[in-house]
Amino acid sequence: MDMKVPFERVVADHSMTVLRVCRAVVGTHDAEDAWSETFLAAMRTYPELPDSTNVEAWLVTIAHRKAIDIIRKQKRIDSSMAMVPDRSMTVTSPSYTNHELWNALQLLPDKQRQAVAYHYLGGLPYLEVAQILGGTPDASRRAAADGIRNLRKTFKDMQIEGASQ
Amino acid sequence: MNTKTNAQQGIPELLAFTAAGAEAVDRLHRQLEESADEAKILDVAYTMMDTPVGTLLLAATERGLLRVAFEVEGLDKVLDELGRKFSPRILRSPKRLDVAAFEIDEYFVRRRTSFDLALDFSLTSGFRQTVQRFLPQIAYGTTESYKHVAALVGNPKAIRAVGSACATNPLPIVVPCHRVLRTNGELGGYLGGLAMKAALLKLEGAA
Repeated sequence: MDMKVPFERVVADHSMTVLRVCRAVVGTHDAEDAWSETFLAAMRTYPELPDSTNVEAWLVTIAHRKAIDIIRKQKRIDSSMAMVPDRSMTVTSPSYTNHELWNALQLLPDKQRQAVAYHYLGGLPYLEVAQILGGTPDASRRAAADGIRNLRKTFKDMQIEGASQ
Repeated sequence: MNTKTNAQQGIPELLAFTAAGAEAVDRLHRQLEESADEAKILDVAYTMMDTPVGTLLLAATERGLLRVAFEVEGLDKVLDELGRKFSPRILRSPKRLDVAAFEIDEYFVRRRTSFDLALDFSLTSGFRQTVQRFLPQIAYGTTESYKHVAALVGNPKAIRAVGSACATNPLPIVVPCHRVLRTNGELGGYLGGLAMKAALLKLEGAA
């Protein structure tokens, strides 16, 4: 309790990471809502957070919960429509780099996408990824590896182009 | 650092963010300020302002102005202290400080001789707070001695305690502890440094 830094610094230090994780998990369109809900929820309980907590892992865990809520909402909307829309169609705004890559990420199965997001973007070790996703650390490692492999496959052309530069 | 390492082992492009990302984060910060304020969890809002005597940090609760700090105090250190002593739910959120910043601007261009702001004395207590609450009664452009202030607050022997009340004033400038001097006219002490105290008195035409 004594050593807690002002929440402003928590936001400054981790907002990019949380935004990347949110974008990876829920897509560009809903990422900002997920970010807002994550930091508002985090700020609410911040004074009670034990000092020894890994703040980034804590934030990524909250982001995961908020993202799951949003994904559930998305799926309800999707299933209530007559035609299942192409998920990549929802990735419209704003213009970040590498749209294709982000779209490819959106096409991964949930578990793979989340494992990639929490480990590669959120910086969590597999032990903590497993705590969020359930299952063993090995299963999380496999999901992330499968996710990266699928991404590379989907994205081969760009990888080759990128490598030749 | 962990993040970078992990992402570089994965697909580096995942980390590639353009300026649009930074822009989004700024916009999201402003939204967070508003929604935290609405949810009544923005315990302390702060801003920095430029003045002729350097950068000032202003911090306020919902109840009023909580802290005014000089650059020489170390503004990061002041925020850390607010986090420990008051609440860590602190955001840079200039809106709550608009009126205070406006009045302080007016003070520095000599268009304002007293402040009309809600003050939150939560950072002090007891005799110190009694003294600090009294200080705004010392008129602009005038000075008092520590000794006389002690008598005015009904504790004539507490001269040193008046000194420490002034030295620990969390609201300098707005609560004018700079108007309190030694009986012999020497400046005494000041949180912002003696040059700052002299500059404020000069601004007010009291030195």
